[in-house]
Amino acid sequence: MGIDYLYPEFEVRRSSNCIDCKICIDQCSYGVHSFDEKSGMMKADDSKCVNCQRCVCFCPVHALKIVKSDNCMRDNANWSGDTVKEIYKQASSGGVLLSSMGNPKPAPVYWDKVLINASQVTNPPIDPLREPMETKVFLGKKPDKPRRDENGRLICDMPPQLELSMPVMFSAMSYGSISYNAHLSMARAARELGIYYNTGEGGLHEDFYSYGENTIVQVASGRFGVHSGYLNAGAAIEIKMGQGAKPGIGGHLPGAKINGDVSRTRMVPKGSDAISPAPHHDIYSIEDLRQLVMSLKEVTGYKKPVIVKVAAVHNIAAIAGGIARSGADIIAIDGFRGGTGAAPTRIRDNVGIPVELALAAVDRSLREEGIRDNVSVVVGGSIRSSADVVKAVALGADACYIATAALLAMGCHLCRSCQTGKCSWGIATQKKELVSRLDPDEGSRRLVNLMTAWRHEIKELMGGMGINSIEALRGNRLMLRGVGLNEKELQILGISHAGD
Amino acid sequence: MIIDAQKLSYSQINTILKEHGGDVQIQNCLGHRFLASGLSEGYISIDGIPGNALGAYLNGACIEVNGNAQDAVGDTMNDGTIIVHGSIGDAAGYAMRGGEIFVRGSAGYRAGVHMKAYEDKLPVMVIGGCAGSFLGEYQAGGLIVVLGLTDENRKIVSNFPCTGMHGGKVFIRSGCDDIIFPRQVNHRAAQAQELEEIRPHIEKFCGLFGSDAEEIMDSSFTLITPDSKNPYKQMYVAN
Repeated sequence: MGIDYLYPEFEVRRSSNCIDCKICIDQCSYGVHSFDEKSGMMKADDSKCVNCQRCVCFCPVHALKIVKSDNCMRDNANWSGDTVKEIYKQASSGGVLLSSMGNPKPAPVYWDKVLINASQVTNPPIDPLREPMETKVFLGKKPDKPRRDENGRLICDMPPQLELSMPVMFSAMSYGSISYNAHLSMARAARELGIYYNTGEGGLHEDFYSYGENTIVQVASGRFGVHSGYLNAGAAIEIKMGQGAKPGIGGHLPGAKINGDVSRTRMVPKGSDAISPAPHHDIYSIEDLRQLVMSLKEVTGYKKPVIVKVAAVHNIAAIAGGIARSGADIIAIDGFRGGTGAAPTRIRDNVGIPVELALAAVDRSLREEGIRDNVSVVVGGSIRSSADVVKAVALGADACYIATAALLAMGCHLCRSCQTGKCSWGIATQKKELVSRLDPDEGSRRLVNLMTAWRHEIKELMGGMGINSIEALRGNRLMLRGVGLNEKELQILGISHAGD
Repeated sequence: MIIDAQKLSYSQINTILKEHGGDVQIQNCLGHRFLASGLSEGYISIDGIPGNALGAYLNGACIEVNGNAQDAVGDTMNDGTIIVHGSIGDAAGYAMRGGEIFVRGSAGYRAGVHMKAYEDKLPVMVIGGCAGSFLGEYQAGGLIVVLGLTDENRKIVSNFPCTGMHGGKVFIRSGCDDIIFPRQVNHRAAQAQELEEIRPHIEKFCGLFGSDAEEIMDSSFTLITPDSKNPYKQMYVAN
């Protein structure tokens, strides 16, 4: 109260339709709703509402809605209400501001300023209903040229590849930051779709080893749950050097979220914090990175591609050049709008660069150096639709990582309260009664639906361009035009302006 | 079985180790990396100098090096034993979760960074000589013991030990008066009862390298532990 009082951000509005069924009380994991016996009326404590929309979706008579509070501070274009509130929070606590999910600020989204081509009259479009269209991609090192043995027969010892039915994978989210049922949903969907999901750095739950063929196992600076069985269980190994939402800093899973099952999977004690340091303390150079890459290959018999994931930062092209020479098979670049279970607000909103620019710079630089085929390039950090995927491929990506979109498919309403551990949709929580709200059958079905729909859309967009194989679209910048971009932006993206 | 490493690559040696299991002696080792990585069983004796990441992800085998070893010994080790009769390079035992590393001589920088423990897994690293800077950074569990028996002219532990430590214990055979520890750890003279925890490891060390266990146990040790298992808890405010 007093100086530190922050007026609630949202108001719960209950219409006269309300039948006092109290379902909202059960559904709200934040304790907003209650029934006042004295007055015989339903009540709501607005101050606890995070606007997760759970009660709205489950009210059988549609009596509830959440609206933005119209309590206002005096208008100030420089000092916005949010900025002022952040100062109050820090002045009262002395704490570092911690936020969940991706940057909500109106950061530039280059996908929305890039338009896709279509064929007209000459080189006619292809109808995906009638003609076969290929969306399959292979991720991994590609040989420079065909090699033949002394009898002239082709030598077919390809480096290990990941085969994807479409150029999209579920990005790294650890068990611990998200629930068992969320992981199970992704594992099942990945298997059904012929793509991959990523364990994040929380280890691999014993129940999910059977999904190994569709699993990418992650190795991060904390090396949680990493042992030779884990490394050999997956189809590929990802070394996490950085994350788009928090480049340059480590991870920190609070002890409160480390219950028995999470503790077993991470192989860390219950209730104790799990800290991933900012750097890998054994990696200070590309040579050191190479050592980790090669040790992972050595322990897995050179059967699995190794991915190196980095955040999109200023010198990303040079960094990618180093990674391409480190022995890694795939580079994953995570843009600064990417999501997170928790990241310091200032880092999330101010560090890193948009993935569109990073991708274009990396693809060009690897081509110029003649090492583009040493690695595949995967991009993530807010891929929101099939159109984003198509634009990313045309800018040079081999495939995309999605995480926020996958969470949304499973029910996330982007209330950005993951750090509370009370996710009412059963995703970013370890509380049993909440986890059970996400039915893995339903979760995986919705993920499969989303990807199937995107695949159709990708085919239609490709067909429109007269392209029948996604690999023929890779790096095909002639299929893109910019709108409202300046010369420098167009130059970095390597595309012309619309009308040019 | 004897392997002459001279004309073999590290991959070839590892393939032999995996297929053969059992007792193997590697001779003429010269910088071969990743030896015995992920190996679950057998005893491997190495003459010469193994390269970086010796016994990475080691899962139960025993490796004995009759000389020095280089960087990243026992990286992310899960189980087993590594014995080094000489000294070792930097970043030994990074993130090791189980097993034991015994070094007769000294360790370079960053030994035991992010060592952890889990249930019955309690990793142990005993360094007979001195340890370089950044010993036991981010330690989350396990036991690090530094004895200072060799390199007597060096400081037993160099700068910035135990920064970010949030679990486990470090025993240093010294009063540590000239060593600066971070605020987040407790350091004090180890009590006789507390020293009992390291006795079996000291005895094993002495059995391997021929020092006098009683003499070592009679010395004064400093014990370093984290002062809270949740050191970052208060730093954040939800936004």
